[in-house]
Amino acid sequence: MIFVTIGTQIPFDRLIETLDRIAPELDEEIYAQVLKGKYKPKHIKTLDFIAPDEFEKVFQQARLVVAHAGMGTILSSLYNSKPLIIFPRIAALGEHRNEHQNATAQMIKKKNYAYVATNEEELRELLHQDLRPLKSIGEFASESLVKSVKDYIDLFV
Amino acid sequence: MNRKVLVIASIGGHWVQLLRIARPLEDHYEMIYLCTHPKCAKMVEGQKYYLATDFSRSDAWKLIPAFFRQLRIIWKEKPDAIITTGAGPGLVCVFAGWLLRKKTIWIDSIANANHMSLSGRIAALFVSRVYTQHQHLATDKIHYAGDIFG
Repeated sequence: MIFVTIGTQIPFDRLIETLDRIAPELDEEIYAQVLKGKYKPKHIKTLDFIAPDEFEKVFQQARLVVAHAGMGTILSSLYNSKPLIIFPRIAALGEHRNEHQNATAQMIKKKNYAYVATNEEELRELLHQDLRPLKSIGEFASESLVKSVKDYIDLFV
Repeated sequence: MNRKVLVIASIGGHWVQLLRIARPLEDHYEMIYLCTHPKCAKMVEGQKYYLATDFSRSDAWKLIPAFFRQLRIIWKEKPDAIITTGAGPGLVCVFAGWLLRKKTIWIDSIANANHMSLSGRIAALFVSRVYTQHQHLATDKIHYAGDIFG
């Protein structure tokens, strides 16, 4: 199963429409968490807002994750060792408030944490491959960051 | 007495990042978690949890009830420090914390790889400590000590 998620805030019809066009070429079910987009997909199953705990369950079942460049999904994919394709939102198309998703996607690509597609052709090509997870991470942030925060909390006591 | 740390984030990426920093602190402090969705409580079962009032740019007026709710929780819980990864609801919370003379820590989301977020730049004006998760964005005032990837 391919799980698609676009976060909890705003619809992302361009990604859903693109996936809906590619879906008939694939021999695998696609579940998408869509929010209230205008586009009604024909070839993929949709779920509305999913609470965080249910989200984890659907996530576990996925073979592959396709998502906007949201950090929540990126971290869950890396932690669960799921292969992930990121399709960043473009603010110039009204898909977000600013272009930080593009910056996130570039950063993720540079660190080789996940696959990144920026258009239909790139996404199609990745979906036709048997993708493996590029990296996995542990449960917590860098020890150095946690220690620095802790040392600061303990200061002047 | 055990020291108290209040942590707050909006649902989604901010919350997931916050948990990766806050969970290892549970061994050292009494933690108080705040998030903008009631279901987030399940992700920190066994810990003290409050629902934070949410707002975004489209309903920015809710900043005012959010400020008073977050202020009341700080007043009641009297934490020694407040940590947030953003966004807006976390910003008003560290502002309330600053008014009550609490130690306040802003950790800018790793999503902001090219520059600090707008909320982060506002928070930097008054919080006691600011972190970026990107070494190239660190300055004398903006600290870097690693990131949430671990």
